[in-house]
Amino acid sequence: MKKRFFVTSEPLSVEELAAEVTRPEAGAVVQFIGTVREFTQGRRTVYLEYEAYHSMAEKQLEAIGREVKERWPDAESAVGHRTGELKISDAAVVIAVSTPHRKDAYEANEYIIERIKQIVPIWKKEHWEDGEQWVGDQLEQTRYPDGAPGGGNSD
Amino acid sequence: MNKRGTQTGPREVEIVINVLCFAHMKDIFGGEKLTINSGGIATVEDVLEYLKATYDADISGIMTAVNEEFAEESTPVGQGDTVALIPPVSGG
Repeated sequence: MKKRFFVTSEPLSVEELAAEVTRPEAGAVVQFIGTVREFTQGRRTVYLEYEAYHSMAEKQLEAIGREVKERWPDAESAVGHRTGELKISDAAVVIAVSTPHRKDAYEANEYIIERIKQIVPIWKKEHWEDGEQWVGDQLEQTRYPDGAPGGGNSD
Repeated sequence: MNKRGTQTGPREVEIVINVLCFAHMKDIFGGEKLTINSGGIATVEDVLEYLKATYDADISGIMTAVNEEFAEESTPVGQGDTVALIPPVSGG
């Protein structure tokens, strides 16, 4: 059986994830595609590297799916998250939610991405033209100095 | 989880703990996986103290998981358990 909540090093298919949740009962399918942004706080990203604690990350995505079911019993959801090196505009995460009516689908979809940024063990490393750094928290506001405390692998 | 030793001084029983390192933890510990073979380890806190002392590592502020479930410092660990060092996540 195909997983509905998965981590993969292969490119994500927006269509396949939509198909996972499309069904006769649904009047809305909302999809979120998280893509690699070129500029963050004025600094140019060359590529991003995503790493996951693969087995636990998939368990956590499934747990989020159960949370969605508790809050929106009529919702069906599917999530794929990519790992490895991603270029600008590549899809890092694709979330699909279907519900009978659109409002719930929008809300549940946003809920999922917020939870991913809280409880799913996946990390991204920024690679700039002149350095690299693991991103330090889900708010994308702080980074570890020198990429590694005591180590220093930038530049 | 295996039973711990029942003789007096069970904390002296040597156990093997697998430690997984992610993101910049790999840089700190020089690899993705460590094996601890030590006595005196009964909780996540003991594992963290062992790592701090052995590697002179600053691992404050990180979360942990034991066998793929988020853990507290008081969470018990035993023979063969896998403890993951989980820095603040940044997926999405």
